[in-house]
Amino acid sequence: MSNKIHVTTTVNGDEAEFLCDPRETLLDCLRDRLHMTGVKEGCGTGDCGACSVTVDGRLVCSCLMLGAEAEGKEIATVEGMADGDALHPLQEKFIEHAALQCGICTPGILVASEALLKKNPDPTEEELRYWLAGNLCRCTGYDKIIRAVMDAAAEMREAS
Amino acid sequence: MRYHTPDSFGDAAAIAASATGITRFLAGGTDVLVQLRSDLVEPDDLIDIKHIAGVKEITQRSDGGWDLGVAVAGAEMTEHAGLSADWPGLVEGMDLIGSTQVQGRATLVGNLCNASPAGDGVPAMMTAGVTLTVTGPNGSREVAVEDVPAGPGKTTLAKGELVSAVHIPARGDNAGDAYLRFIPRTEMDIAVVGCAVNLRLDGDTVVEARVALGAVAPTARLVLAAAEAIIGTTLDDAALEALASAASAACQPIDDKRGTIEFRTDVAGVLAKRAAKIAYGRAKGDAA
Repeated sequence: MSNKIHVTTTVNGDEAEFLCDPRETLLDCLRDRLHMTGVKEGCGTGDCGACSVTVDGRLVCSCLMLGAEAEGKEIATVEGMADGDALHPLQEKFIEHAALQCGICTPGILVASEALLKKNPDPTEEELRYWLAGNLCRCTGYDKIIRAVMDAAAEMREAS
Repeated sequence: MRYHTPDSFGDAAAIAASATGITRFLAGGTDVLVQLRSDLVEPDDLIDIKHIAGVKEITQRSDGGWDLGVAVAGAEMTEHAGLSADWPGLVEGMDLIGSTQVQGRATLVGNLCNASPAGDGVPAMMTAGVTLTVTGPNGSREVAVEDVPAGPGKTTLAKGELVSAVHIPARGDNAGDAYLRFIPRTEMDIAVVGCAVNLRLDGDTVVEARVALGAVAPTARLVLAAAEAIIGTTLDDAALEALASAASAACQPIDDKRGTIEFRTDVAGVLAKRAAKIAYGRAKGDAA
């Protein structure tokens, strides 16, 4: 018996449709149905933040949301951050500061950092560290990530 | 698994009441999805209540109290200036749960109904005197928050019943609340002990108080003796010691990897004193 749900949603500004099983998470649907493989699966239980996306502007773990719940929502993933070939300032600064090693956590941290800077363009380091507490990185020791985000925030403030 | 999106609480209750298998209500999903993914609980019927009108709203009643939609996320509470100013302890309890990402989805009612003894949202709901509307197949009833938890993972709600509204009392004058928890790190952990205090002053004297503890018994619980220890006092050193003793005496904790019985019992008293001082300061007009 087919129990598939038809979902119409918006991903990075483009309308998207998919069929999913009611058990499938938004993470599964983004990766396997829409081929947005920038969204990573780390723990699958909301602890690591690798699957971070925004839903109607709100930062969430896509592993803790069903694909069916995306109906009518606006989803944003790391694939939507760059403007064509022009990387987002956060992406530029992550490269400049070598703020990644294996890279699994990076898309989630970029999406989470962008969500913070939209809400607070001038965070303190402490505010940033608390904001990113749900994004685990097992390679870098975090320091380079924090420096990259703070530097990007400063550059974005100057540019605006 | 069948996924339902009813547009009224009556319909949600009817689906749950007629279901023959495992049923879960879905609001924020931060517990339900984890259980689903880890194959702990595979619901036959999953009832998403976010299509019901008003579930994402925070509204102030004419009496000054607040009505909270059952799908309001933690981040939406924290960002609400009026609610945060009135009930900083209630809001900070919710805000301690999980990461920024979890705060984007997790709800106060979900924290209550998941019924972990260590839920950070629960003690301050109890001390605030929050009441709930519970809707079932035969209509609705009002229930106090402290009457909902029944044990780890268990509530007193009957089959087919769900929480349909959250009612926070009017703050009133010269009053404040606070919630503190102990964890061995600064973020992203489960309470070893949690304590909420809500009190009202007349001049310098405490005239009303409620104290609740989390993570030291099978459910979060109100501790009447702890409240009585500070009512009628100016929260002087003797009152604080009596408060700490009463809080520790109310503990029936377990030993586990996060804390021993002795440690939890002692820390309950310490947190009660600290939370009472913060609530007292807020009642005096300190910024939250």
